[in-house]
Amino acid sequence: MRLSDTHRLITGKAAALGDVGALMRRLHVDGPLLGGILLICAVGLVVLYSAVGENMRLWLNQLIRLGIALIAMLIAAQMPSDFLRRWTPWGYLAGLILLVLVLVTGEVGQGARRWLDLGIRFQPSEIMKLAVPMMTAWYLHKRRLPPRAGPLLLIAVLIAVPTLLIAWQPDLGTALLIAASGIIVIVLAGLPIKLMVALAVAAVPGALVLWNFMQDYQKQRVLTLLDPDSDPLGAGYNIIQSKIAIGSGGLFGKGWTNGSQAQLDFLPERDTDFIFAVMGEELGFLGALSLIALYVFVIGRGLYIAVQAPDTYSRLLAGSISLTFFVYVFVNTAMVTGLVPVVGIPLPLVSFGGTSMVTLMAGFGILMSIQTHRKLLPH
Amino acid sequence: MDLLSPIKDHHSERRLFLARVVFASVVGFLLLGLVIARLVQLQVFDYEAFAAQSQGNRVRIEPVPPIRGLIFDRKGRVLAENLPAYQLELIPEQVADIDGTLEGLAQLGLIEAEEIPRIRDLSATGPRFKPVTLRLRLTDEEIANFAIQRPRFPGVDFQPRLVRHYPHGEAVAHAVGYVGALSREDLQRLDGSNYAGTAHTGKTGVENGFESNLHGDVGYSHVVSNAFGRRISADSLELADTLPIDETPEPGENVYLSLDLDLQLAALNALEGRRGAVVAIDPWSGEILALISSPSFDPNLFAVGMSIAQFSALQDDPDRPLFNRAVRGTYPPGSTIKPMLAMAALETGATSLGRKAICRGFFMLPNTTHRYRDWKPEGHGEVDIHDAITRSCDVYFYEISVDIGIDNMHDYLDRFGLGQPTGIDIRGENRGLVPSKEWKRNAFRNREDQRWFNGETVIASIGQGYMLTTPLQLASAAAALATRGVRYQPHLVAAIEDALTGERTLVEPRRLDDVEIDNPQHWDAVLGAMHDVMQDVRGTAYAVGGNAPYQMAGKSGTAQVFSVAQEEEYNEEEVEERLRDHALFIAFAPFEDPRIAVAVIVENGSSGSRVAAPIARAIMDHHLGFGSHATE
Repeated sequence: MRLSDTHRLITGKAAALGDVGALMRRLHVDGPLLGGILLICAVGLVVLYSAVGENMRLWLNQLIRLGIALIAMLIAAQMPSDFLRRWTPWGYLAGLILLVLVLVTGEVGQGARRWLDLGIRFQPSEIMKLAVPMMTAWYLHKRRLPPRAGPLLLIAVLIAVPTLLIAWQPDLGTALLIAASGIIVIVLAGLPIKLMVALAVAAVPGALVLWNFMQDYQKQRVLTLLDPDSDPLGAGYNIIQSKIAIGSGGLFGKGWTNGSQAQLDFLPERDTDFIFAVMGEELGFLGALSLIALYVFVIGRGLYIAVQAPDTYSRLLAGSISLTFFVYVFVNTAMVTGLVPVVGIPLPLVSFGGTSMVTLMAGFGILMSIQTHRKLLPH
Repeated sequence: MDLLSPIKDHHSERRLFLARVVFASVVGFLLLGLVIARLVQLQVFDYEAFAAQSQGNRVRIEPVPPIRGLIFDRKGRVLAENLPAYQLELIPEQVADIDGTLEGLAQLGLIEAEEIPRIRDLSATGPRFKPVTLRLRLTDEEIANFAIQRPRFPGVDFQPRLVRHYPHGEAVAHAVGYVGALSREDLQRLDGSNYAGTAHTGKTGVENGFESNLHGDVGYSHVVSNAFGRRISADSLELADTLPIDETPEPGENVYLSLDLDLQLAALNALEGRRGAVVAIDPWSGEILALISSPSFDPNLFAVGMSIAQFSALQDDPDRPLFNRAVRGTYPPGSTIKPMLAMAALETGATSLGRKAICRGFFMLPNTTHRYRDWKPEGHGEVDIHDAITRSCDVYFYEISVDIGIDNMHDYLDRFGLGQPTGIDIRGENRGLVPSKEWKRNAFRNREDQRWFNGETVIASIGQGYMLTTPLQLASAAAALATRGVRYQPHLVAAIEDALTGERTLVEPRRLDDVEIDNPQHWDAVLGAMHDVMQDVRGTAYAVGGNAPYQMAGKSGTAQVFSVAQEEEYNEEEVEERLRDHALFIAFAPFEDPRIAVAVIVENGSSGSRVAAPIARAIMDHHLGFGSHATE
């Protein structure tokens, strides 16, 4: 082999790598973020394969959904933040109308009215997961930060209306996430610390009021958390079995597809909300910790993008998307380990299910768009 | 930049944002730290507790029933065994159309149409994966029929299992007993955990009396199961490695009966299907050589399970085939107790060997007009105690009855074991009744009824009135006569064998209190009279015993089923079959060296000497090696 051939080969490889970089830039994809997401998805698919009982049909189903979600991410990544900002109020308004429609005409499933069939079946609450932080960021974009009391009150209304509409369905988990995504925007925008403390204190009587509005099953979940053994075969069953699954996994786990709790049907909802318990049982503490580390990386990258963002809107939106993702991870893992009440929040990118994954990926698309459409501002 | 918007300080906003992101990150790390700390707590510190809980979750202990011990006769012939049989099962979750399936099976004749609603209920209530038994034992033909049609019936299949089988069914049913489905009542009596996997238990006879020997000890196997108790094939999950070690069940002990199957069959043959009972005992050990209650039934029906119609047919049969006459049936002993009462009379001085009486065919108590008849209307003429036994003169016993007194009668009959449980090793024995003054005081509430009348003593002297005995008691009493008072507890089980080692433990004969007799001459007199019953031309059973190749002793009895009114002639021909007298006979042989004692009762057999005695003879012939069926 002559030297020039080797040289050509090396430069060829470099060119190929360069081509991938160029393609990613052209598609407005953020490499590190995509890498982190794909790693989580890969781990998720492995765990899910075990959780669905090695059912190939369900597993491929999830793979297809993942593909669709990635396409949604790519589409979102193409939209510059200025464009998104201009359309934000309309999107929010459309979401509100759809939410009202759901309450009036929506399809009932599992005791809740969540679905709307407009050609395709979807949950309008998913739109709100992005529309609420976008709207909040849009409103704060032109105002001086930190926000004052007047604008804050209006923002509270902007957040509260969709939250209550969704809680009414009832879908406590989603309502909680949407409220969190809006509140995160305010906090990032510089909500005074004193006010935050005051609000936290006010939350106690607020919680009591909320208690009165809660459905019996929701109250039961809270009570069960306080004492799961009070009803070991009823409401407490999920938490007890989940803790047994995780605890019995130990440091290294029982091995992939060998979790007796998961494989022998002791663990309820093991492919959806409780998939983290399968992970803990089969892959052990180290496996669970690795997954958490991957999440931390993705969230960190999101926050980095937010900090780098050129304008208020993108900054607040990127920060909210990243931290809402954190809320997902925290609430799910805390719920499965019995730290917080069981609320229907899936483990993002891992749990079986399609709709929320598309929204999540679209959010990541927005993050990528913010990162890749950044004009080089002079320092 | 929009001129209407307030002036924004981009630099300070960026700094504020950065500060908030740092703040959020700190909060975030704290919260995640909480989750990780929780994971450490669950997976590291509490690992062992949770691992144990998860083990308990998935591993279920499944009982493995022991194999029931076998039952043999004294010569080692199998009376009860366990045979593999195929039962038809249905797994509800695998059956799409339960009604169609059941109807199809009914058309094939594999289940009865009336059973369909019951089976449908059963398959709807239990766990969907748990098999429902449709039929307990399929014949070879039915298995073949079903095998051809199997594709039509997904979820229905036949499964092998062990079924108790009694090869000699009816012949030994009342001695061996039978097993039946374990009931809730049984479980209250038995050790529930040891019967965790057992479906059948001994209900009657030796199967019941020796349940604790026959059953064995349950074993356990650990099976992996899911949250609904469904058994999971362990190897497919690689979960089997850590399972605790199984415990194999310990088979039940084999039981050898003292019963001789040949003798049993000979006795059955001699009974010729008549209602009645036969008990034969080895007088020097108490071993029961034959125990028959007729009519009998097929015990296999209970082991396999029968339809309600079959069961009620057995239950409602007027001949009561399920009733064990040999140990539970009580009959007036009639004249069979005369030898024992003669002992009482001689010992108490109520009569002497030389005292004679004139029998005119009836007896009247002083100052009364009631005539107590002799079975022989024209009377026996002049008789002594020997003749009174040999020719079974009732009047002689009537004459001395009041002198003996009911309490002495009770005392001596009691010494022979009448009126009390013999202690046989199976359950359900009836104790019979030998009246006494005390008994009557306690038995009746009305003061008038509590008084004992001499007339009652008179009829008690020929084994009538209140007196009731079981065939087993009579056989045991005959054995006590044969041994001149040495008594052994009658028992069916001769030996217990360890099914694994083959080690046999013989059941020691249990000697009871001897019959206390002061004057041995009285034995000679009474036993001599019993000898002459069969060997003297005037003896009531001379026709049966006279031509025998060995010497024997016996006593006939004919017990009234209903009382014959005064002055009324008893006409056998006209009396309806079921109102005829019971025929009884007790005997032992050979006379000098007794090896067998027998009691025979033929219900409504009319005459002890003519009907019951030949049966006793046939049994003794067989046992002593002179029978047509002898195999010894």
